[in-house]
Amino acid sequence: MTKFLSLLGDGLALGAVYALVALGFVVIYRATRVINFAQGGLVVFGAFLVYQGEHTWGLGFWVSVVFAMACCAAIGAAFEALVLRRMIGQPIFAIILITIGLFLLVEPVTTTVWHNPPGGIATPWKLHTVKLGDVRLLQVNIATVVLGAVVLGAFFLLFRYTRVGLAMRATAVDQEAALAQGISVRQIFALSWAIAGAVAVVGGMMLAGGAGPAPGLSVSLSLIALRAFPAIILGGLDSPGGAVIGGLVIGVAQVMTGGYVPAEVPALGAQFADVVPYVIMFLVLLVRPYGLFGTAEVERV
Amino acid sequence: MPSGGASTPTLAVRNVEVVYGSAIHVLRGVSLEVQPGGIVALLGANGAGKTTLLRTVSGLLRFHRGSITKGSVEFQGDGIDSLDAAAIVRRGMAQVMEGRRIFAELSVDENLRAGAYSRRDRAGVKASSEQVLELFPVLAQRRRSTAGYLSGGEQQMLAMGRAMMAAPKLLVLDEPSLGLAPLIVQQIRDLIVEINRTGTDVLLVEQNATMALSIAHHGYVLENGLIAKDGPGPALLADSDIQEFYLGVGESGSRSFRDLKTYRRRKRWSA
Repeated sequence: MTKFLSLLGDGLALGAVYALVALGFVVIYRATRVINFAQGGLVVFGAFLVYQGEHTWGLGFWVSVVFAMACCAAIGAAFEALVLRRMIGQPIFAIILITIGLFLLVEPVTTTVWHNPPGGIATPWKLHTVKLGDVRLLQVNIATVVLGAVVLGAFFLLFRYTRVGLAMRATAVDQEAALAQGISVRQIFALSWAIAGAVAVVGGMMLAGGAGPAPGLSVSLSLIALRAFPAIILGGLDSPGGAVIGGLVIGVAQVMTGGYVPAEVPALGAQFADVVPYVIMFLVLLVRPYGLFGTAEVERV
Repeated sequence: MPSGGASTPTLAVRNVEVVYGSAIHVLRGVSLEVQPGGIVALLGANGAGKTTLLRTVSGLLRFHRGSITKGSVEFQGDGIDSLDAAAIVRRGMAQVMEGRRIFAELSVDENLRAGAYSRRDRAGVKASSEQVLELFPVLAQRRRSTAGYLSGGEQQMLAMGRAMMAAPKLLVLDEPSLGLAPLIVQQIRDLIVEINRTGTDVLLVEQNATMALSIAHHGYVLENGLIAKDGPGPALLADSDIQEFYLGVGESGSRSFRDLKTYRRRKRWSA
């Protein structure tokens, strides 16, 4: 039982990171109908920017995070304004390929700029463990879950109660009708990319800080971030709530498999846990192609 | 720039030509005016260019890759042809698009709030909200419902209410009667009159010519991108060509197809 609970803690932390990355995908998809494959790149870039602020400029952890969030928000908005805006009206396929191109750019750029950083990010919560009864939980995992909840809460408040949030939802439903209400759809697009950029930094920072089975600060974080993709398929591409639940389910499933399968079912192999997210994605696609919480269109019959 | 004077029309479209994608000529020199306090009806068959004319006026043309190649659009005396849709809404023109286009997944209340997006004065928005709910009591009853589940007539009222949340000087309506039962059409008609009475000018595009002309102070007939005819509403309603081609009443019952063709031809030459 204690093993189960501590695995659950790890799984929820990893899931929270997936959820944060998935939220970035969802925000952009809802507004622009583009699946942004570069989201994983922003996660990596964000983590390195935090490192830059902390180690090279000695800014302190929280200041560095805010700085990195501002940078990635600006990068996201600029990419939308300078590149994607020219692509409006082009096939969605072409736009998605551009985001893949951007994703491929991130690795060489980060390795060129930062080489292989010796240390990771120094987080305030370190790798200490906390004991709850017999269960040992990593501080970093607790912090990750808490931060994930805070970001999710902020999202909820933004979408539900603010003028801009309402405009974002309206734009997601019908762009032309939103224009006709005086909503600037361009601003909404840019804002969505900015938000996705900022959220990616939080995810990247948690991963680089040691949440889940993380390799520390390295470009391979983008591969982990890409595993948020099964999470959004599971949750539904256009549902922020679904992104979170999808993220948590995938995270827990992956960690649990990693914890039990090698001992119980050795035939599946030690790395089976890495495959599990995609297995779940495949099964969900068979049964509910729009995800558990995705919109099957509201229509009067 | 001229502004305000008693003779300044609320909306003036002058000799406008519009193309889509630099090839398809949809409007070929259209002029139209909405005078302060007026209801103006714009009639025409499918493909005549009615919706394009509305897009030209409301700034949505660019969304459809169309552009004005000639002529001008003035709103309350100021040129607006280079403004984007948001700026035009802020100036006081609200549009109800064809097919209602409510935000189906949002609640009725949220749809109305979205309509007030261009306004920053909270007190004013609250006043408009009360006004709209009074004008459309159905919406007041269903404020929390998901808009997509309203009936067709209720959705049309929501679309109109949403537009009125912008407190527009000019309300532009594209086929508000489309697909609605006759009783509801009558209700919509009365609401348009009421909206106009309380100080909003109306530009009404309709295929239902009887409905539109019965309330319009002035009417225009658009054909193949040109204004084929215009005149006061009652006069158009009495016009024999209009009766035949838009109201479906022939002078002597039904005429042969050949007559119809000659009419078309004559119409095109004269215009």
